Parts: sequence; C-alpha cells; structure tokens
Amino acid sequence: MSELELEAIRLSLEVATAAVLGSLPIAILVAWVLARKEFPGKSILDGVVHLPLILPPVVVGYLLLVTLGRNGVIGGFLFDVFGITLAFTWKGAAVAAAVVAFPLIVRSIRLSLEAVDGGLEQAARTLGASPSRVFATVTLPLASPGILTGSILGFARSLGEFGATITFVSNIPGETRTLPIALYTLTQVPGGEMGALRLVVISIVVALAALVVSEIIARRLKARLGS
Amino acid sequence: MNEVVNIIDVDIECERGDFKLRTKFVSEDRVIALFGRSGSGKTSIVQCLAGLLKPSSGHIRIAGETLFDASANINVRPEKRRIGYVFQDARLFPHLRVRGNMTYGMNLLSADQRRHAPDDIAEMLGISGLMERLPETLSGGERQRVAIGRALLASPKLLLMDEPLAALDNDRKSEIMPFIENLRDQLGVPIVYVSHAIEEVVRLADTMVVLADGQTLATGDVEDIMSRLDLRPHTGRFEAGAVINVWVIGHDDPNMLTELGFGAGSIWVPKLEFERGTPLRLRLRARDIGLSLVAPTQSATMNVFQGRVVDIEDVSTVRSPHVDVLVNIGAPIIARIARKALNDLNIKNGDTVFASVKTSAIDRQSLGLGRRRK
Repeated sequence: MSELELEAIRLSLEVATAAVLGSLPIAILVAWVLARKEFPGKSILDGVVHLPLILPPVVVGYLLLVTLGRNGVIGGFLFDVFGITLAFTWKGAAVAAAVVAFPLIVRSIRLSLEAVDGGLEQAARTLGASPSRVFATVTLPLASPGILTGSILGFARSLGEFGATITFVSNIPGETRTLPIALYTLTQVPGGEMGALRLVVISIVVALAALVVSEIIARRLKARLGS
Repeated sequence: MNEVVNIIDVDIECERGDFKLRTKFVSEDRVIALFGRSGSGKTSIVQCLAGLLKPSSGHIRIAGETLFDASANINVRPEKRRIGYVFQDARLFPHLRVRGNMTYGMNLLSADQRRHAPDDIAEMLGISGLMERLPETLSGGERQRVAIGRALLASPKLLLMDEPLAALDNDRKSEIMPFIENLRDQLGVPIVYVSHAIEEVVRLADTMVVLADGQTLATGDVEDIMSRLDLRPHTGRFEAGAVINVWVIGHDDPNMLTELGFGAGSIWVPKLEFERGTPLRLRLRARDIGLSLVAPTQSATMNVFQGRVVDIEDVSTVRSPHVDVLVNIGAPIIARIARKALNDLNIKNGDTVFASVKTSAIDRQSLGLGRRRK
C-alpha cells in the first residue's frame, strides 16, 4: 500500500475511534434520560437527537462550521479559552463523525436500557446499592450488548462519513483526508481509477474486520450475560 | 422493666392508581405472615417496608428505628434500610455468577457489619456446589435459595419474603421449606412472610395479618385467627382448619405412631421425627374431622374427643353443601359436616358432640415448629 493509502486508513480509524469514544458517555446519558425519565420537552430532546439522521450531512457540516468554526459562538469560545481549533483539523473531523453517528448510538443504547428489568435494579437497591452504584453494577452491564451494538453502528457510520466532514473540515491530506474523501479525490483526477479501486477494496476489508470483531465481542457478552 | 420494642410497627395508607391500601399491625414475633388472595395488597405492604413504594401517610418502624413517618417527613432510602427482600421471581443478576450474586450486598457493608460468611450461608442453604454457576443454569428452587442467601448476606435487620414458593412446584416447595425454617430458628432474623397458601403460613408463622382488597381484616396469633369462622371466606375453605398448640408426648415405634398432647388430651398421628417435648403447631383440616352426637363405638378412628359446639358457620353466607362447626375440645377445632346433617341432627351452639380426627390426614405439611414461649 502507498503512503497516502496508509495515511487515509490510519486517519479514518483514528477519527472513527475518537468519534465513538468521545460521544459514548454523552450518548449513554441521553439514552438513559430518554429511556427512564418523563419530563416536559422530552419529545423535543428526542427530535434534536435524531436530527442528524434525517438532515443532509452537508447541512450538518455547514451548521458545525457556523457554530464551531473559529468565528462561531462555540468555536470562538473554545479557541479563546482553550486554544482548541476544530475547523479544518482531524479533531473537527471526529466531531463531525460523532454528530452524525450520535443518533444511531443513542437509539441502540436506549433500546437496551429499556429492556433492562427494573426489578433487578430494585433488588440491588434493597441489597444496599445507591442508584449510581446500581447503574454501574447492574444497569450498564446488562445494557452492554446494546452499547456495543451502538458503538459498532456509530463506528461504521463514522468511517463512511463524507458530507459533513468535507463541509466542516475540508480535504486536507494527512489531516482531514479520510478514506471516503481520499476515494472521492482520486475519482476527480485523471488516471485515478486504479487507486480508487484499491481504496474501495480497503474500505470493504476495514468494514468487514470491524463487523467480525464486534460479532466476537457480542458472543462473549451474550455468554457472560447468560441469555 | 425494659419497654417492649416491637420488631415491626406498621400503620400506613398507600395509594396505587385506583387501589387503596390501609393496614396497621405490630408484631414482636420471629415470623409474621401477611395472608390474603392476590390483589389483597400483600406485595404493596412489603414494598412499602422495603422503601420501593412510598405510603401516602402513616409510619413504619422496624426494631425501634423509624424508616418512614409522613408527619415527620422521614423516608429512609431503600439502600439505607437494611431490609432484605426475597422476591417471588428470585431476581438474580444474570451477569453475575452465584457467588457474585450472593456477595453483592455483603460487599457493600463494612467488615464489622457483616454477620454471616458466604460459605456458611451457602452450606446452610445447600448451594455450596453452585457458587461458580450462572443463574440461568439453576433450577427454580436453586435460584430461590440463592436469592435467600443473597438477602441474608447483606445482614438485614428484617427479611421480607414475598411468596418465595409460589412459582415452584410442590416438590420444590417441600425442598425449600426446611431451609426457611432453619433460618428462622438458627439465624434469628425476623421474617415477614407473604403468602396465599395457608399451609405455609401455619408451618412458619407465629402471627398473621389477614388482608382483603387493601383492608386489614384481622391481626393476631395464627391459632386464634384460624379458629375464627367469620374469617373463613378469606382464610379459604378447602384447606381450612383450626390450628392448635401441641407437644410431643412420646412415640409408639411398633405401630409407627406419635402421641401429641394438648390442653385437654392427646392425639395420635403418624410417626414424627421430633424429640419428646418438642412444641409443635398442628393444623387440623376441617374436612378431616367428623362429628357425631354419641360416642362412636367399635370405630377405627383412634382420635375421638368430646366437646361442646361453640360456633356454627352462618349457613346463609355459604354456597356449599357443607357447614363448618367450631367445637371446643379443650382447644378449638373446626369440623366440616353436611348441611343436611346439621339440620337432621339439629346441632346447636352449646350441644355436646364427639369429634373424630382421621390419623392419616395429618402429615408433615400440617405441622409447624411451635414458638418457644418466654
């Protein structure tokens, strides 16, 4: 494989991993709130969470650019206070991937949280466990298959992210040129067909590998959870 | 004199949708049974005791400690109550092995709060060999024993058992019953036992609370409650009968019999494996007792007692060819006779009658270990 290809693979994996790991805690929190709490405005929160799923990715990318760009409200704050720049960096690519993957992750975790038997949580309370301990020792382990599924879905969605990424962080070799963007770039230059084909094959291999790994983990989890 | 501290002092009202519950009882006994049909409010009461359900008013005090008091705005959180709860459906954590389940509550206690060791409890419950198994590989009876062990290892001040045997078949029931008797007699944990099966109540409990439709109909000693004909619609007809306190007088080995004494005489039953002097509680089912106006002669029934009719079930309230009659033979017992026989023999309150008890009708399920009177 060429230097360029290797770099695209490495960057894609990094961006997708960061996107999933970074959004997971928030996704679990939001999923828990949606699964267990009743409050006014719940359907609005539900809608906002699902928005990236139905909006065109380019719109998501543009909104990110407007809010998180150096001149955006949040982006300006991040730069002034922490010196963090998101636009046109790989971190920005991770944020874009996280935002579009978020609804998929939340959805799957929410379903598994709803399936956790509340009676088991009650039993843990009577055994002396505080609500936060119950969550950590009973709820989360029992919801772990859903958390895994959500993570895999989110990872796959992040790997394939194109529209929001190219709008928000552009196409910078070594910084934001992930696999799909590299592939797109090759299709735009004369004689790039061979390279594009190689990237297609690489994409398929990476996706299949992720699927196999997740299947193995899922089986182990199932055996451990006894169902 | 020290003030007597009731183990349980409950006086609560609780609303759950349309269902209203009102109950009030105190007990200083080792085992108190909440008895009633499903929907009578038994489970709501134990959920209130455990803190899983909040009463709308009243108070709950356990061993002198106030866990709930609406007027003082006290509502101790479930995890702070130290009340063990054995659920009907066991509710073992499926992702933990038996050992992990058993020690879940114990691990949250400081070392000086732990009263039992896991291995001792496992041995007492006969589950030592199951410690590394996952709950899904256990039988129903094994799961329930693990659930009991898990609750005990959290060193509770009170153990709630909500129909722990209801989901099990009869073999499993008789498999677990001795373990429950053991923990009552050996560990000294007070127990609130919820059941709709009168034979479990009689075998285990000292005090019982009879519930129907969220109302508390009666509270008192098991023997007293069981001899009340007015509670008959609630204590059930088929398995119904009086409970009398007896002790083992002696055994007749060649004939495989045991003689049990009560206030005014003795009764012969199939041989029991209890030592002489053991106090027992004997349930005599009404349908196993017959009545006659003259002493039966040349009868094959060994147990015949002369007594006086104290109460007769109100015929107008019963849709049955049978009527229950309360007879005092030195202890109150209940006989079930045909409605026609009652009329033909013209049996009235105050009449002298002879009650005969079938020896074969009495088995281990009819007996509970009697309370040790102070």
